[in-house]
Order: sequence, then structure tokens, then C-alpha cells
Amino acid sequence: MPPREQAQGPVLRLDGITKRFGRLVANDAISLSLHGGEVIALLGENGAGKTTLMNILFGHYTADSGSVELFGQALPQGNPRAALAAGVGMVHQHFTLADNLSVLDNLVLGTQPLWGARLDMAGARAKLARLAQDFGLAVDPDARVGTLSVGERQRVEILKALYRDARILILDEPTAVLTPQQADALFAALRKMVAQGLSIIFISHKLHEVMAIASRVVVLRHGKLMGEVAVTDTDPRALAEMMVGDSISPPEVRAMTPGPALLELRAVSTPDRGNVRGLHRVDLSLRAGTITGLAGVSGNGQAGLADLIAGTERPSGGEIRLHGTVHAHWSVTKALRAGIARIPEDRHKTGTIADFTLTENAILERYRDAPFARRGWMDWRAARAFAESVIRSYDVRCPGPETRIRLLSGGNMQKLILGRVMETGPQIILANQPVRGLDIGAITFVQGQLLAARDRGAAVLLISEDLDEIQTLSDVIHVISEGRLSPPFARGSMSAGDLGRWMVGEGYARENMAGGQDAA
Amino acid sequence: MRLEAIDRPSALRLIGFPVAALALTVVLGSSLAMLAGANPFQTLGLILRGAAGSKFALLETLNRATPLVFTGLAVAVAFRARLWNIGAEAQLYAGALMAVLLGTGWLGWPPGFLLPAMAGAAMLAGALVLLAPAILKTRFGVDEVVTTLLFNFIMLLFISMLLEGPLKDPMGMGWPQSSRLIPDARLPRIVEGLRLHWGFAFALIAAAVVWALQSRTTLGYEMRAVGQNRQAAEFAGIPVDRVILKTALLSGGLAALAGFSEVAGLRGNLTLDLSPGFGYTGIIVAMLALLNPIGVVVSAIFVAGVFVGADSMSRAAGVPTYIANIMLATALLTMVLAISLTRYRVRWD
Repeated sequence: MPPREQAQGPVLRLDGITKRFGRLVANDAISLSLHGGEVIALLGENGAGKTTLMNILFGHYTADSGSVELFGQALPQGNPRAALAAGVGMVHQHFTLADNLSVLDNLVLGTQPLWGARLDMAGARAKLARLAQDFGLAVDPDARVGTLSVGERQRVEILKALYRDARILILDEPTAVLTPQQADALFAALRKMVAQGLSIIFISHKLHEVMAIASRVVVLRHGKLMGEVAVTDTDPRALAEMMVGDSISPPEVRAMTPGPALLELRAVSTPDRGNVRGLHRVDLSLRAGTITGLAGVSGNGQAGLADLIAGTERPSGGEIRLHGTVHAHWSVTKALRAGIARIPEDRHKTGTIADFTLTENAILERYRDAPFARRGWMDWRAARAFAESVIRSYDVRCPGPETRIRLLSGGNMQKLILGRVMETGPQIILANQPVRGLDIGAITFVQGQLLAARDRGAAVLLISEDLDEIQTLSDVIHVISEGRLSPPFARGSMSAGDLGRWMVGEGYARENMAGGQDAA
Repeated sequence: MRLEAIDRPSALRLIGFPVAALALTVVLGSSLAMLAGANPFQTLGLILRGAAGSKFALLETLNRATPLVFTGLAVAVAFRARLWNIGAEAQLYAGALMAVLLGTGWLGWPPGFLLPAMAGAAMLAGALVLLAPAILKTRFGVDEVVTTLLFNFIMLLFISMLLEGPLKDPMGMGWPQSSRLIPDARLPRIVEGLRLHWGFAFALIAAAVVWALQSRTTLGYEMRAVGQNRQAAEFAGIPVDRVILKTALLSGGLAALAGFSEVAGLRGNLTLDLSPGFGYTGIIVAMLALLNPIGVVVSAIFVAGVFVGADSMSRAAGVPTYIANIMLATALLTMVLAISLTRYRVRWD
């Protein structure tokens, strides 16, 4: 249990927090304490209870039992304003900024009295300048938030918390949207805050980051506190075992000789669509027996490329070649006929229909084809048999094929999608963030399936924001930045830092001057 | 306060809440009758007797339910695919118009051919009436709630124009009504001597057909997929726009059958008061049935019973008929609430 500081008490103390959702115990008697000027890491897989715990601290949930104490005062439960007023600031994974307002307006928003006659903008501006100076978080106060990059927006989020005089800062997976270099800059800023006496809770599942920034690590698993260690007394391997409850070994990747190109994009461009950035003259070749990894900061064209290969987007220029033949009039139906297995990024919104049963979801891409349909009539018996075989072979944990899929966990949903697209032995596989939000067991399973497909000669495109995942699994890596694709890099030829520089757009200019991207 | 989903609701919940909703409706409706000066227990008895107390009353209820089954199915089919068809009223009149155009002697076929031709033409007209808003929706993103709603007024005024002009019955003593259908164009009664006509049987068949279509065919699967999750449907290669257009054709066609069956089965001619809002009431019917086609039959009979019962009650007890409308609205609200309470538990924290 946490060591007691003699001189000063902890700034935050959670004592025996328990929270149940139905039968699920999301937090089981969790106690932890945070001292002034300390960074602790909250480590755990998805679903371990980290977010629930923070939501209780912020009054979004009420704990079934246990208490929260801030700066020595008991915090009233279920009141979101109490934690804010007491000086706790949270930076969420998904930013909570108003895109159409300036940085300064975003900071001031909600801090001024509703019926006040005037806004003290000059004072706010001065305070922002001071904060930016103190912590090295430079940002243009008059820039519209909508025009800022993801890294800058995160800075605004942090400044927003500091502007409200937060003494405790909670960061939820802050590096998920950053390049390695941007993450380093964030860490530098965090160290400055700690030096000034702020305390930080850093939520993550990335071990090396936790080792780099935190002084203590609190590990959660299945809602239980698994232990608490000083980073000096541990190493990433031991932390991983604590987090997962098992020793984990990285997936084994056999050497393979790449085969012929099965899918090629030549100078393909696609239009921008709202939040989805289009592609700019992308050359890509997916070869048999190869996993091609696509690295990049989210929002740089990954979705555009995925949509293109999935068939939901058409190229505005360039050509798509499948097994050597050019395909005009590209569509979802064409992609499916060509045997492209598509694992979509968002399994809830795009991959499945929540209120459909497992059976109905299993045939979603093939509902028109025999044996599932004949002359417009569905054969539900065949569909159910297919769903049952997927459930068996892909270990989908569910009450049965007639269960509505919304009742399944993310991992089991993903296994059903995997089974749906892999049962036919596809030659080309598009895996867009295939393991995001899954627990280790499911991650191992999904990655194992992708590797097995590669070993039997399939071409796999793996899109992920997790650079470790990309580097572990990919035979070839491309980096995408602002819709442009880097040349292919062979496994092991680039460090994380090298890839990071491509992620922020360095390198492309040189490439263009050297005679177009075909040079690679 | 928040809602917590229940995985498997108990039988008590499934039956108890809807029954409680009905009871609440009855209590509210009777107290209104009391305000209007009648004995609440007596009014309740009068409503029940008026709706189902005799063979005549029961058949009257079924007769009234017939157009509601059709419009309810039309709405259920459309809403299931998230096509918000508020224009069943217009489609109903389009169907009635075709029945009158073909059935007043212009087409001299025997009934075995004439009636199917009238029904087919009616469906076609209703389908086309809804096709226009559906095309505007899929092509230009025009909100179909607005367009289908406005079409109701256009259609009603158009019919009014026809009834004052070319379709006006020369023997109608100046009333705005069409000529009467020839005998061969009338839907026969199911049992001779009783008012119930074959339209009701066709409505039941239509419900069964729609049920089979939705649960057994690829088109039904597509329609449900588009309604539940358009993005996933698109990703899976379902031609979403085309499915919406097909849904519109089906929905418009079903609503038009209500007009055909009212004209050919009951009225025998076309007047502007052919439908006392059957198109709009179809929305209530479909919602009460949770968009289930078989449920539509049940809820249409229920709704028709409330109307017929309240009508007869108001005549007997001397209270206004709009109590029926209030009872229906209350029934809808309490039922929707009860149905969500069967699936969700309210937590006060």
C-alpha cells in the first residue's frame, strides 16, 4: 500500500473505491494516493477500470463504496464541478474544444460568470502568455482551434486545465495522437509542471512511456489493483506481466520471400471529405506474403486510403491494379468480388450493425450470394450454420448466433468480423486499427491471424497509430503524412525517430525533387 | 436519473407495463369523460360495448381497422428503413383516385380483372407519389419529413380541384364528390349481409407479405440494415440509395391500397372526407406496433376500436368525440413509455 509521506499529506487520496455495473466490477476496492510534484502512471489494458476510476474522481459516476479526498478535504460524490473547483484538470483522449473558437476563447469559455457584464480578455491573454512561457507550451492565442494540428490542440487542452488553476492534471492516453518527437516535447512540458509542484496522473498502456515519465506506477487489471511499484524497482517486462497477468511474448514473425504485387495503387489521389483527408498521388504496392504497415499520426490520410481500398471511396486520379489488371469504376462490390478482406477501423459504426444478430452480421458482406440467398430469398439456415462455424473457429464468446451483436465485447465483435472476412481465405487483407481497444488475449489472436494469412501468401495492409505494433508486425513500412505516402522502408531499416520525422512531413519534399515518389 | 438496459426482460415486465399503460389510458380517458359530465364507469363500458360488444360493433371496428392496417404497414416499412414517410395521407388519396378513374365505367372488364387492375394502378400511383420525395432525399438530401408532409396538402387540394371539376358527379346535386363505382368495381363483402368487406382480408394478407418480405428476403435484409446503420450498410456494399427508393415504392403502394379499399370496399365514391387522417393515424399504429408488420394488425384493430368505441360512447353518453383522439394520444404516449420500460430500468442516482 502507498507509503505515507510524513511532512505533507497526499494531494489526492482514493480510498477503497468500488464500482459495479451490473455483474461487472469495474473498480474493486481501489486505493491510491498522489503527492505534490509527483507523476504516477495508471497502467492497465482497455477495460481494466482506469477510465471508470477517473470518472468517479470527476463525479461522472458515483462509487458504490469508498471515498475521494482532495488536498485533505473529502470530495462530494457525483458532482462534476467539485473536482474542477478543487483544482483537478483532465485532458481527455478525445479533445473537448470548440473548433470554431479561438484558443483564447476556448480557455475563457466556462470560466466567466454567465451574467457578467464584461469579459476580462486582456487578463486572460496575459495569463495564457504566462502559462505558455512557464511550461513551454507555445500556441497562438488568436488561432482558431479548428485550424490547429492535433499536437497543438492537445497543448490547448493542457493549457485549459492550467488556466483553471489545476494543481492535479490527469492525462488520458496523451501520446496516442502524437509522433515520437511530439511525445518527447509533451514530456518536457510535463516535467516543468512537476518541477513547479503540480501532480500528474498519466494514464497509458505504453510501457516505455510510463517508464520515462512516471515515478510510480499503479497497475490495474480487471478492475483490481494489481500493485504499485516505483519505476526504479521495475522494468517494462515486469510491468507487462503485472498488467496482463501472464508472461507475454511478442508474436513470432517468420522470414518470408515477398511474392508478386497483388494490389497496386499508381499515383492515386482522392478528394478530401470533411474530416477525412484525401490522398495525394499515392503509390503503394501490396505484395503476396507481406504485411505492409502504414504508420502516421491519425488524420493524415489513413482513413482515405482505407476507404479507397475498401471500395467506399473512388480515386479522383491514378489507377488501381488488382492482380495486374486496372480497375475502373471502383466500388465496394468490386472490392468484395476481388476478394479483399476488409477489417474496418470502427467495428461499432462501420463493421457491424448493433441490433442485428451475430448471424445477420456474419453475412453482411455476402447476403446476396449463395448459399445465404437464392433468387432474393434468404436461407437463414445456411447463414446460421456459417455464423456457428465462425463462432467456433474464431472463438467468439457469445450466448449463441441469435444474440444481438451489441451485447458482445469489442474483442468478440472483432473476432466475428475477422471470421466473416477470413473464412474465404482472402488474398488481400485491409486491417485498419485491427487491435485498437482490445485486451491482450484478443490482440494476440487477431495479430496471429494476420500473420498466418501472410504466411499462406496473402498481402496485408496494416494501418495503425501504434508504432510498436507497426514495427513488430510489418515487413515493409510506409509513413503517411498529409495524404502523401513515404517510400517503402524494409523491416528494421528505420528507427522510431526516423519514422517520426516522416510522420511530421519531413522527407517528402526531397523525395519529390528527386523525381517523384516512384523513385522508391 | 439514467436508464439501464435489461438483457432479458422478465415476463412480468413484458406484460405488466403495457397493461398498466392501457389502464392509465382508460383512467385518463374516463376522467375526461367525467369532466364532460358523464359517469366514467359507464363511459368505459360504452366504449368497450361500442367497439366490440356486438357482432355489428366488432365488424365495424374491423372495417375501420382496414385502412389503418395499410397505412400502418406503409409507415412501418418506411420507418424501418429510416425513410420518414409522413405522407401516407397523400398516397392514400392517390390510390383512391386511381380506383375511381378505373372503376367508374371507363374500364369495362369483369371484376376478376378490373379489381386487380384498380389495385395495381392504385399501388403504382401511391408509389410514384412517394418516389418523388425519396429521389429528392437520395439525390439532393432534401428532408423527406417536410416534402412528404407538404405533399399531403398538395394532393388534397388536387383532389378537391378534380372533384369540383372533371371528376364531379353529374348526378351529385352539386356536392364535391365523384361518380359512383360500377358494381363490378366494388370489393364484395366477406359474408353476405354484413358490412365487412374483402379489404380487411387483403390487409391481413398484406401484413403477412410484408412480414415475409422483411424477414425472409434480401430486400428486407437490406431495408433493415439501411435503417439500423446506414454507414455499415454502405460499407458492406448495400446500395443504400436504391434500397431507399425501393422502400419508398413499397411504402407508397401500401398506403395507396388503403385508399383503394376504402373506395372500392366501403364508400363507392371519392369525397374529400374519405380519410379522417388515416395516413397520420398510420404513424401511431406503426409506432404502437414497434414497426412489426404483424403487430400493425393488432395495433390497427386496437386504434380502430378506440375510435369506433368512443364514437358510439359519445353518441350514447352525449360527450364530445374528441375524447377518442385524446385517448389515442394518451395510449400512444403511455405505450411508448411502457415499451421502453420493458427494456430499460430507471435508476435514480
